[in-house]
Amino acid sequence: MAHSNHHSHDEIGHVVPESLFFKVLLTLLFLTAVTILAAQVDLGKWNIVGALVIASVKASLVIYFFMHGKYENRIIWTYILIPFILLAIMIGGVFTDDPFRSKPVPLQVTQQP
Amino acid sequence: MSSNAAVAEHHHVGPGEPPHIHHMDTPTAYGAAKLGMWLFLATEVLLFAVMFCSFAIMRYYHLAEFHDASHHLNLPLGALNTVILLFSSYTAAVAVTKAQKGDNKGVIRNFGISVLCGLAFLVIKSIEYTGKAHHGMFPVVWNEHFYEYKNFLGLYYCMTGLHALHVIIGMVIMVIYGILPARQNRYSGRYYTPVELSALYWHLVDLIWIYLFPLLYLVG
Amino acid sequence: MAAHASSSAAGHEELNYLNWKTGIWSWLSSTDHKRIFFLYLSSIMVFFILGGIAALIMRTELATAGPTIPSIVKDSHTYNVFFTMHGVFMIFLFVVPGIPATIGNFLIPLMIGAKDVAFPRLNLFSYYLYVIGALIGGVAMLNPVDTGWTFYAPYSTTTSSNVSLMVFAAFVLGFSSILTGLNFIVTIHQLRAPGLTWMRLPVFIWASYATAIIQTVATPVVGMTLLLIIAERAFGAGIFDPTKGGDPVLMEHLFWFYSHPVVYIMVLPAFGVVGEILPVFSRKPLFGYKMVVISSMAIAAVGFIVWAHHMFVAGISDFSAKFFSVVTFLVAIPTAIKVFNWVSTMYKGSISFKTPMLYAMGFVFLFMVAGTTGMYLAMLGVDVYYHDTYFVVAHFHYTIQGGAVIGLMAALHMWFPKMSGKMYNETVSKTAFAMLFIGFNLTFIPQFILGMEGMPRRYYDYPVQYQTLHTISTIGAYLNGFGYTFALVNLLWTAKFGKVKAPRNPYNSTGLEWQTASPPIHENFETIPVVTEDPYNYGVHKHA
Repeated sequence: MAHSNHHSHDEIGHVVPESLFFKVLLTLLFLTAVTILAAQVDLGKWNIVGALVIASVKASLVIYFFMHGKYENRIIWTYILIPFILLAIMIGGVFTDDPFRSKPVPLQVTQQP
Repeated sequence: MSSNAAVAEHHHVGPGEPPHIHHMDTPTAYGAAKLGMWLFLATEVLLFAVMFCSFAIMRYYHLAEFHDASHHLNLPLGALNTVILLFSSYTAAVAVTKAQKGDNKGVIRNFGISVLCGLAFLVIKSIEYTGKAHHGMFPVVWNEHFYEYKNFLGLYYCMTGLHALHVIIGMVIMVIYGILPARQNRYSGRYYTPVELSALYWHLVDLIWIYLFPLLYLVG
Repeated sequence: MAAHASSSAAGHEELNYLNWKTGIWSWLSSTDHKRIFFLYLSSIMVFFILGGIAALIMRTELATAGPTIPSIVKDSHTYNVFFTMHGVFMIFLFVVPGIPATIGNFLIPLMIGAKDVAFPRLNLFSYYLYVIGALIGGVAMLNPVDTGWTFYAPYSTTTSSNVSLMVFAAFVLGFSSILTGLNFIVTIHQLRAPGLTWMRLPVFIWASYATAIIQTVATPVVGMTLLLIIAERAFGAGIFDPTKGGDPVLMEHLFWFYSHPVVYIMVLPAFGVVGEILPVFSRKPLFGYKMVVISSMAIAAVGFIVWAHHMFVAGISDFSAKFFSVVTFLVAIPTAIKVFNWVSTMYKGSISFKTPMLYAMGFVFLFMVAGTTGMYLAMLGVDVYYHDTYFVVAHFHYTIQGGAVIGLMAALHMWFPKMSGKMYNETVSKTAFAMLFIGFNLTFIPQFILGMEGMPRRYYDYPVQYQTLHTISTIGAYLNGFGYTFALVNLLWTAKFGKVKAPRNPYNSTGLEWQTASPPIHENFETIPVVTEDPYNYGVHKHA
């Protein structure tokens, strides 16, 4: 039977110290505070950019440490990245369309069907 | 769910020993289960991706409405829920380390905290939903006044509703595959796959919320 | 692939996966990938027959201008119901699970020298998800859906038929597909036999791997889109319905984001099947193995960035249309590479025209027609004219029937001896092939011409000027239908009553699956084989 080539010993996986997790938690809470505070300032379109950047940093921390991403092999990283790439393709593809054509029927306040 | 398949027949196996799977040796089974779980998480991310994409487009069309509607959400409760989920994610991560050290009590304790946090999250969420329903901002009681917020609220309920469903599933998984087997001292440094997979699932729930919170509550 | 499978101790009553346990429950609850293959095969064939009947009803109605069978197709609504049935059954219940869940289930563990897939119980679970999805779909047909299989908004969000139930069925079926794909990816990563490196994998495994990726990561997108349709219908979420500020074209974008790659779910495994068959019956190594592998993965990747070519006339922006037109041409590159590889494999080979080979060669021809007409449709100016005409219908059927279904038939004939342990009658199956091949072309070549003459699709009636071609098409459809019936009945009859026992390796193939008994034992191999060579080493040195 094929062996996964990275586990030659009896012991499997990587033990991460709990103290590291705690530091990550503190960082995540700090970033949450930052994102809430940043949203109180009106930066125009940069509000959403900033919020998404901070969210992505937080998400990376969760994947990298909490989810043991740091210790995973290339195959797993491929499948971590694929959905995010596809999401980017999806949004990118749809945005080649909508902003370049006239809007659909303008929003009308009408009665319920 | 793949965690389901990873936990093969337990019987006839001593505490802390990996289960016997007839067609794979233990490291292969561990690698298979983990890869399977990550693939499953990828599909979950893509489920939400559709709504993120719809959100982007709808926000593009109805920017002003999205801003206004976003301010009708309860920011303090949303922030509290964020903190709760982040903390529960931390305890779930600790539970894996505990399992790797063979500390089954630690698994029960930390997953227990995560499950309670999940419960708290759902309670707060339902308080929010009830508040909205009170103001006629609930799907079954849309009314004229809030009609212009419909696109935002429609997505809000779809996204948070599906997320809440994932919270429930995550809690059930942590109880069935984490806490209950740990009560029988099932886990050790040689076998802790279900704990790790349950924790992975729970982190995903957290991960989605990390994006939902700023999009829905902060920038709208 | 030279493999050491210990010679079986023949003599006593041979136990194999078919007879080592008996009783209906032992089949319905089996986690053996070979038995699950049988469960899937029998289920999808039910829907192949139902979808086929719907198609023949449509063709009969279209045989003459004006009402032809008014007792069955009463009005345009009934006709819409029939083409929705045809589409939903054929796409969601037959072709998508078609090759991956049946042939893939049977072959992947055998070809990589494993005892089973990575998660056998998950495999059975996917099958039951399929059954549940099929049942929900059947219930939904009680108040028949008439949206077509694409469920375009805003019609799907406003019509009073059972759309919610039907899209939920499609959602459940999607999850069955996701879990199958996930299972196969993990299986191929983790359970390869010793020595079976990635570059020694049979191309069917590569094709299945590419398919499995698409199944796993594209299907959730359509699943969620369908759930949003339910949300739209249930409480007017305002995402797709334009009267509520939604964007119906967004629904089409999201739908095709899955449904274009899904075409590759259908046809990529067929590429793999053909790549397996051609070397065996040409007695030559597969030409350009590496390029075949790369092109499979490239098709899977490119498939994700071309979806909006289904929407050129749906009102998308000019910029978007140009962009998607250009990238669509990229698909032609890997597919053309494959065709060249197949043809070069046969070139100067010692070809024997056995039934699987006929199907494989038929596939290459039909798929070339499909691919080249696909290029017409990728061109913006041409597509504006051809879109929503019979030209698209014909192109699509050349891809899906000429590609996926012929591929499935090829695979069924190729591995039938392994599956059942019997040999079928070559003359009968060749006759059946001739019937369905001629019938198929007779059905759809006139439809190309009809499309160019301007016959729109989805119409239940037409002016008299189109009469002749429609009649020919209908005759072809019946011939096609008889051909399939003939071929499948032949296989079924052989499986049940056939007398000729199949040897281990009737075609003298190098594939691992042929090194074990026909039919294989429950555990697949007596001992796990060790692979020492590249695949398809035909004529390189002498085999026994």
